[in-house]
Amino acid sequence: MVYDAVIIGAGVTGGMLARELMKYRLAVCICEKENDVACGASKANSGIVHGGYDPVPGTLKARLNAAGVEKLFETAKLLHVPVKRCGSLVCAFSEAEATRINELYERGLKNGISGISVITGAEARKAEPNLSPEVCAALSVENSGIVCPYELTIAAVGNAMDNGAELKLNFEAEKITEKGGVFTVISKNGESVKARYLINCAGGYSDKIAELLDDKFFEIIPRAGEYMLLDKTEGSRVSRTIFRVPTKEGKGVLVSPTVDGNLLTGPTSAAVASAESRETTPEGLDTVARLASNSVPGIDFRGVITSFTGVRASEKGGDFIIEPSKRVKGLLHVAAIDSPGLTCCVAIAEYAAEQLKNMGLRMEKNPEFNPRRENPHAFREMTDSAKNEYIKIHPEYGRIVCRCETVSEGEIRDAVRRNPKTFDIDGIKRRTRAGMGRCQGGFCAPYVMKILSEENGIPMEKVTKNGGNSYMVSEREGE
Amino acid sequence: MKRNLTCIICPRGCTLTVETEGDKVSVSGNSCPKGAVYGIEETTRPTRTVTSVVRVSNREDTMVSVKTAEPVPKENIFDVMALIKKASVKAPIHIGDKILVDVCGTDIVATKDVL
Amino acid sequence: MLDHDIVVVGGGPAGMAAAAAAYDAGVKDVVILDREEENGGILRQCIHNGFGLHKLGRELTGPEYAAVYKQKIEERGIKTYNLTMVTDISADRVVTACRRDGIIKIRAKAVILAMGCRERSRGALNIPGTRPAGVYSAGTAQKLVNCEGYMVGKRVVILGSGDIGLIMARRMSLQGAKVEAVCEIMPYSGGLTRNIVQCLEDYNIPLYLSTTVAKIHGERRVEGVTVARVDENRKPIKKTERYIPCDTLLLSCGLIPENELTRTAGIPISPVTGGAIVDEHRQTEIAGIFACGNVLQVHDLVDYVSDEAEIAGAGAAEFVKNGSLAAANLQTLPGNGVRYVLPQRVSSEAKEDISLYLRVTQPFGRVCFTVKSGDEVLSTAVRLKAAPGEMEKLNIKSEKLKTAKEPITVSLEELK
Repeated sequence: MVYDAVIIGAGVTGGMLARELMKYRLAVCICEKENDVACGASKANSGIVHGGYDPVPGTLKARLNAAGVEKLFETAKLLHVPVKRCGSLVCAFSEAEATRINELYERGLKNGISGISVITGAEARKAEPNLSPEVCAALSVENSGIVCPYELTIAAVGNAMDNGAELKLNFEAEKITEKGGVFTVISKNGESVKARYLINCAGGYSDKIAELLDDKFFEIIPRAGEYMLLDKTEGSRVSRTIFRVPTKEGKGVLVSPTVDGNLLTGPTSAAVASAESRETTPEGLDTVARLASNSVPGIDFRGVITSFTGVRASEKGGDFIIEPSKRVKGLLHVAAIDSPGLTCCVAIAEYAAEQLKNMGLRMEKNPEFNPRRENPHAFREMTDSAKNEYIKIHPEYGRIVCRCETVSEGEIRDAVRRNPKTFDIDGIKRRTRAGMGRCQGGFCAPYVMKILSEENGIPMEKVTKNGGNSYMVSEREGE
Repeated sequence: MKRNLTCIICPRGCTLTVETEGDKVSVSGNSCPKGAVYGIEETTRPTRTVTSVVRVSNREDTMVSVKTAEPVPKENIFDVMALIKKASVKAPIHIGDKILVDVCGTDIVATKDVL
Repeated sequence: MLDHDIVVVGGGPAGMAAAAAAYDAGVKDVVILDREEENGGILRQCIHNGFGLHKLGRELTGPEYAAVYKQKIEERGIKTYNLTMVTDISADRVVTACRRDGIIKIRAKAVILAMGCRERSRGALNIPGTRPAGVYSAGTAQKLVNCEGYMVGKRVVILGSGDIGLIMARRMSLQGAKVEAVCEIMPYSGGLTRNIVQCLEDYNIPLYLSTTVAKIHGERRVEGVTVARVDENRKPIKKTERYIPCDTLLLSCGLIPENELTRTAGIPISPVTGGAIVDEHRQTEIAGIFACGNVLQVHDLVDYVSDEAEIAGAGAAEFVKNGSLAAANLQTLPGNGVRYVLPQRVSSEAKEDISLYLRVTQPFGRVCFTVKSGDEVLSTAVRLKAAPGEMEKLNIKSEKLKTAKEPITVSLEELK
């Protein structure tokens, strides 16, 4: 079959665009090179809904950020993805930085955002008592918040699929041809899909995809950011996201609560070879600890439960690239989506859909589109009596598998079954939080493996951590 | 010949000195008589208890833990393991049941009930 | 709401011994709540031998040791709710648990905490590098190999020389894997000497002290690790780095008492042991809630777990019968060379002799331990050697406590 549109890349951008396109009567397919959705920058970033004071006025970033905040909060609500409008403080540690705070305030006004104000160090500490005594001024941003980026991506793709979109995993585009207005995308495994419109949402690989069509007019400069996530015992150090004054390299090391109650610190910013350069380094982790402690003294880094590196898909020009190819008809690039890409994902999706319409894609409203996705966390949030009723009907919800995050067998089985289905341990972790807690899967990994094996009808030795050859165990003796 | 050994009879881990002169073996540094016996045995004929697991063929995903009923000569450890790895057993199994007989001079017995 | 005299949280060695002891002390209405299908806890995966020499006078494997206590539970008709996860314990002793047939709440006259411990994870160790499959905590690997019968890798490096790591070095070797190295960041091993001998030396596995894993390599599955010697601040020394190819990294870097429920109940925790602060009955600072086993302090021998659990079980029974226990008015404190002393409080009214359990700060040769109250010596004991990996036990006569004053300190002196 020939799809109306094929989206390359199942990150938050591709996922949200797929969902947007399902509002119309369109046949859409997402191709993802990994074993699951949200495996690139969408799984490892700060999870911040940025207020919009930072982008340079007049840029696409500035425009979509200002428009995107409310759209994101609304969509997250429809998709039952937890968000928190917790606000943020951008902190100055010197007079020079205080001047920058004033500039950011002015910039925010120019970008048309509301709810921002410049406050004194004392006022900042009144709001956030654990803040450093060295903070001398701060930009307070009310209309900003936090969201779990991979949950949002999973929900967006899941909702798109519930509305008819298709997802092809382990589909790494190797060759793309165009003939008579139809694109054929051929994967490394020799699979192929055909579409009239092709949308490049390949994140860190978007320039490579452009290259496949001889349309590489931009270059992704991957920048790695290292993070440390701390146990919930540290989760209440701050109630807002605490930023430092942004530099050319990014928004700097932040300290933020997460929607799940943990404390997130990071990221660093370092140029790296590729989007695969997801190593943590001793220097990077030290930098995170040092700068985070400088902003919020007293963070107990013995509470670290995991550290990770995300790679931003930055571009020289500094702005998002959301435009049709000048050379190839029917090709739309949605590239260079670095910060505030998560904040803007819904606005980007709408903007990209508009571009597709302008490119000639026939967009007829789909009256059956369901904008909602049920809450995967509903069980955890139920009252004891509601839980009891639910367990009576679904006994597997009464078997707690992950003790650190209190995740039941029922939730894990559901996560395997619902869109987008998962086949690996990391996929379960991102969907249910099983293995996300302080023991990091020490107890539940063998159970999760067994459930994945049963549900997907694969032997234990074929169960992976995250696809490819990330096998967990080898064959049993005598079998 | 003089040799220093760490006694492994109990968690105390005494440092033993074993002196061999012809057929005569003497042990010092031990805190109990078991240590002296260990010192002599470890020098003349070292043995170990081998423990492992055997698959229960009529129970899904079930292994039964096993051990050598008596310690076996150290050099036979991997011979014992080769036989254990090939074995499978049918439930019900009780602690002490013989899983394999006459393996390097002893039996392999279950250390767990599988009913 | 159900009512029981004593609720034991956890059916491992501590929970089973505590339940049996409470029963034997005259409180028959005891129940155990355990999350697994059967009791036994971590012993179910500890298939090696070496258990029971102190307590039972014979050498057993883990499952056999557990079977002894399972039988005690059965003989006494003590009910166990298996596949039952306790989700909350309140300070007024209402225990909430989740089961396949619904949520149950039990109001108890006394609660015994016996939840055990967990392993320190890769994340908590903050080892730099990639995040591939093939990094396991030693206990997780032990469960997969011994309970499920799967091998987790063929070429292995082990970080940490804790007992589980040493036991797994042997286990992996027996199953045909090549264990390339055991690295220990400290200048001494954290495991029992006998385990170094029979798990490493027997299989020619090198133990590198003052050495750590500085980096993990591999995209999807572990491909190797960089190991390096560490300086006095336990930071890797760059020029000593070397690469070891392997497909598996096992972590045996310490155990953490699993006290999340304890904290929620508002029970004060010792920052040193990671477990509740207790008196000689193992009663926590909240009356009627007791703790024993690895949730109270990490033990190296299950035999001592059983002893401790029996104290807690008897204490809980006495609490149920009398409604209270004598106030523990004397604080115990670690002195020179001692990291901690448990129990942290004892009563001068103690009817029986008291054992103090402690760990030393570093390895020592021949030492003399002295238990003092002011200038008065309550007890002394000489040991041929002492190491942080091996828990020490010292006895004090109850009559000595009658006149003792706060605080009671335990210190050691190294003897020539």
